[in-house]
Amino acid sequence: MNVSRRIVLHFPPNMTGQPVVCRLVKDFGLTFNIIRASVSPGQEGLLILELSGERKNYDKGIKYLTETGIEIQSLSQDVVRDEAKCTHCGACITICPTEAFALEPKTRKVLFDHNKCVVCGLCVKACPPRAMILYF
Amino acid sequence: MAKTIAEINEKIRKGKAVVVTAEEVIDIAKEKGIRKAAEEIDVVTTGTFSPMCGSGAFLNIGHSKPRIKLGGGKVYLNDVPVYTGIAAVDVFIGATALPDDDPRNKFYPGEFNYGGGSVIQELVAGKDIRLTAAAYGTDCYPRKKLETLINIRDINEAILFDVRNAYQNYNVAVNLSDKVRYTYMGVLKPNLGNANYCSAGQLSPLLNDPYYKTIGVGTKIFLGGGIGYVAWHGTQHNPTALRGDNGVPRRGAGTLAVIGDLKQMKPEWLVGTSMLGYGCTLTVGIGVPIPILSEEILRYTAVSDAGILAPVVDYSEAYPQREPDILGEVSYAELKSGHIKVQGKDVPTSSLSSYLKAVEIASILRKWIEKGEFLLTEPVAPLPGVESGISSKPLKERPIAE
Ligand code: SF4
Ligand code: SF4
Repeated sequence: MNVSRRIVLHFPPNMTGQPVVCRLVKDFGLTFNIIRASVSPGQEGLLILELSGERKNYDKGIKYLTETGIEIQSLSQDVVRDEAKCTHCGACITICPTEAFALEPKTRKVLFDHNKCVVCGLCVKACPPRAMILYF
Repeated sequence: MAKTIAEINEKIRKGKAVVVTAEEVIDIAKEKGIRKAAEEIDVVTTGTFSPMCGSGAFLNIGHSKPRIKLGGGKVYLNDVPVYTGIAAVDVFIGATALPDDDPRNKFYPGEFNYGGGSVIQELVAGKDIRLTAAAYGTDCYPRKKLETLINIRDINEAILFDVRNAYQNYNVAVNLSDKVRYTYMGVLKPNLGNANYCSAGQLSPLLNDPYYKTIGVGTKIFLGGGIGYVAWHGTQHNPTALRGDNGVPRRGAGTLAVIGDLKQMKPEWLVGTSMLGYGCTLTVGIGVPIPILSEEILRYTAVSDAGILAPVVDYSEAYPQREPDILGEVSYAELKSGHIKVQGKDVPTSSLSSYLKAVEIASILRKWIEKGEFLLTEPVAPLPGVESGISSKPLKERPIAE
């Protein structure tokens, strides 16, 4: 049986230089389609893939990815912050239902805790400089 | 102890001026006392980084061959319409302008993802901008159509001219109704779900010079990452607004009109901004240096968030209906604590003005002055103050007789 799924991969900073996706093809015979990528070496990266292949191989591929330390999101979407665009105004703070945004009291920097985000999308349009980006 | 601007400039030139930000001066004044602090400090720098709708830029794009008269014609920059009712190849791009085909609030709430503010930011960033124009053609300007890329590097002038910026204090917006309100003060959740404010408080330029004793026409400032000047008092300038014992307005009061060469500004400090359900605008970075000419002026700059009060206004009814009612007053210290009390309810607060960036602006300006790169200017005319009796008037509608 063949499966095809959209997955969101969060790369830790030390992993962004590594050819993990190639191994999915070579070692597990999967095919992929990159939907969105923002991976730069040495930084936390994000890769949204449509991954397809034999069920058995697909599961093995996912297992391999988890073992490498990459975080896989089962949701079909992800919300990330474009750090260069964020002005740290704070408009998002009261918008987010899960309190994913918090102010660092001393500097009044707006911190974004990605783990708390449930991808509701509310902040995406409420952010004045459009720094919150929804990936499908 | 009175110092003059010329004396302060002499110290700046020698790299000896003592410059602190409007945040740092608060503790210094507490520690050393007003008198000593005023003796030691030469300049206090302020900063603000907020959406400011009264912003825009004049561009002179140069003459095409053959010539075209854009004046009175229709011109678009990246599909955003610009004002052409001026000279042959001068146009004005306003921050709130929207592409003709933007659905506005037809699909409520409209997203307003791209507008005049975004064009200004891209222009400043050095990106090519698509200009399309239709003109009527004259003997001396025969051409009727023009489609070209333009770049800020190549056009003759690009002048940021904001007719109202840097509001001295502002409303805190809440929503008493039972549905979400999309406003220029951000998304307001129903039943006092949040309270949005928009001022840098203790760092904000005009809150540190409440009676405009140093800031006047011709004051040199940090504008959009470059250098600009106060051109005039801003529109809706309202010096007679209610004030506290410390002289600080407790309502929206003074405003500034500012001008500067857009070519030397930076896209980080002029940010195209979209307010859901409301429209587009430009977030502008402004920093004003305040020369410490006397103890009195230092005392004003030492104002802290606890000493600045703002009115809480309902944006579901009172604001749109232009009712004067307010729901109370809160200090910026309370606002920055993350919660305020309105009608007995604990309401979480958000800001539209970035305090982090305001600090950065005040610090950049401090560095410029410390390094001797930025000299202060003597204002050539004062801004209208309390004694002018000027207050911002509402529109009195009159029927148009046939
Ligand atoms: S609303 Fe947008 S720009 Fe403002 S702090 Fe949140 S993410 Fe940053
Ligand atoms: S998408 Fe929703 S949950 Fe995630 S940060 Fe934005 S508002 Fe919060």
